[in-house]
Amino acid sequence: MSLRVTQPGVLALLQDRGRFGQHRLGLTNGGPLDPTAFAWCNRLLQNPADATCVEVSFGGLHLEAGVDTSICLTGANMPLAINERECEPWEVHPVRAGDSIALGFAERGCRAYLGVAGGFEIPPSFGSAATVTREQIGGLHGGKLQAGDLLPCATRRDCQRLYLSAEQRPHYSSVATLRVIPGYQDHHFSRLQQRRLFSHAYAVSARSDRMGYRLEGPAIACDIDGILSEGICAGAIQIPPDGQPIVLLNDRQTIGGYPKIGSALSLDCAQLAQLTPGGAVYFAPITPYAAHNALHLARSYFNSQTVAERKP
Amino acid sequence: MELHSAGENALILYLGDSASPAVSTRVQAAAVAVEAALGADLIDLVPSYASLLIIYDPMATDHLAVRARVRACLATLAETAAEEGRCVVLPVYYHPEAGEDLEALAQRAGLSVDEVIAAHSGCEYRVYAIGFAPGFAYLGQVDERIAAPRLATPRQRVPRGAVAIADRQTAVYPAASPGGWNLVGRCPVRMFDPAAQPAMPVAVGDRVRFEPIDRARYLALGGEL
Repeated sequence: MSLRVTQPGVLALLQDRGRFGQHRLGLTNGGPLDPTAFAWCNRLLQNPADATCVEVSFGGLHLEAGVDTSICLTGANMPLAINERECEPWEVHPVRAGDSIALGFAERGCRAYLGVAGGFEIPPSFGSAATVTREQIGGLHGGKLQAGDLLPCATRRDCQRLYLSAEQRPHYSSVATLRVIPGYQDHHFSRLQQRRLFSHAYAVSARSDRMGYRLEGPAIACDIDGILSEGICAGAIQIPPDGQPIVLLNDRQTIGGYPKIGSALSLDCAQLAQLTPGGAVYFAPITPYAAHNALHLARSYFNSQTVAERKP
Repeated sequence: MELHSAGENALILYLGDSASPAVSTRVQAAAVAVEAALGADLIDLVPSYASLLIIYDPMATDHLAVRARVRACLATLAETAAEEGRCVVLPVYYHPEAGEDLEALAQRAGLSVDEVIAAHSGCEYRVYAIGFAPGFAYLGQVDERIAAPRLATPRQRVPRGAVAIADRQTAVYPAASPGGWNLVGRCPVRMFDPAAQPAMPVAVGDRVRFEPIDRARYLALGGEL
């Protein structure tokens, strides 16, 4: 029992929360670029928080249901149609075997999450179903979805039709401000260079992907050319010799030898990943205390939100 | 020893500023100690040449508590002798048909091919770091005479098992990938096999020795040409 991919779109990947604790084998995290939208998808479907969804970048994914179940779409504003009838995102919709599910292209944002009641049933690799194409690990075959792929899931006819009201949904814009915890080699960047980073707009380059977002703007100079290769955490801001920052994301290499000026807050990396090339990026320094508080506030806010049920 | 912020839930510990067996031993010892000290609050560790990246669960603890726990566990580190890594022997078929850069590297070094093979297989290496790709182990230090810079133009495809040199590092490619290292031979042992337990024959801190084998033995061990 499954949903069948009839058209894969630009880039659709099976993702759970990500692969953790495997860096010592050189395995990266994978997982949703926008964990908040991913979490909403599973919450509305009343799934476990780690259930596997499809991350749809840009759009264009078409599926055919081979089972009676319910689906939900969250994240980037991507038109959703079931049997060619337009349906609300951020809402659980029942589908029957034979129904067609079609996603258009994102009008705002870049990454959307399509989930199914109970989650897609993907056997874990190294503890996770997350697909990392660079490593050819996770998902069905380690790669992006292809036409004809069968996404296994169970029959579910009892899923409540929960939805998130329009006012509660995140907004996706063409600007992101990344709060940065200075660290790593920050002392090898002069005060002038740090001010330059924190006072200019950068543009998202077309050479951005799940490994990292490359930015274009005033070049940042570092006192040193390279360092002994060391571990790179999610959100790390690497400054290669050309001075153009790269924000390293879910599929980054686990070690690297370019200097780093600090790391962006995960909540803001999610906003960054919703930008398309040309989007504007600003940086603002924060303390580790403020970062810690922001994470806890975001968790508390998510948990405090109430969802409504659509009554037929 | 320095402990720096790395990110919202990460600290990086520096145990030296150069690659050496002594520093690597300290990194290994610190990794063991930090893992025990943080327990379930630890999400991941990335040991490398001279540093240890510590990633913790920010919902369970915070950077101040982690700093304190890391410092406390390292205070007693000097007294606990680091466990000596295992020694893993990897067979290598050294031949121009298996290592396309072997002859050029020998010529550049002013050595015969046999002398290059003897130099590469004649010493024990240490696994300093694993990264770049799953299972890619950085081994050092290569004999100065056969150290060679990366190729000016990286190859589009280096086969799985390729044994290669870049500067004073050497490695066995765990999977076919692009690469700019100098190829000197092939190893029939898989450096990363998702189906195997463990997935890698080596871990950071282990020692590796290369053992020259002939073509027939290479093929018998499952090597491909």
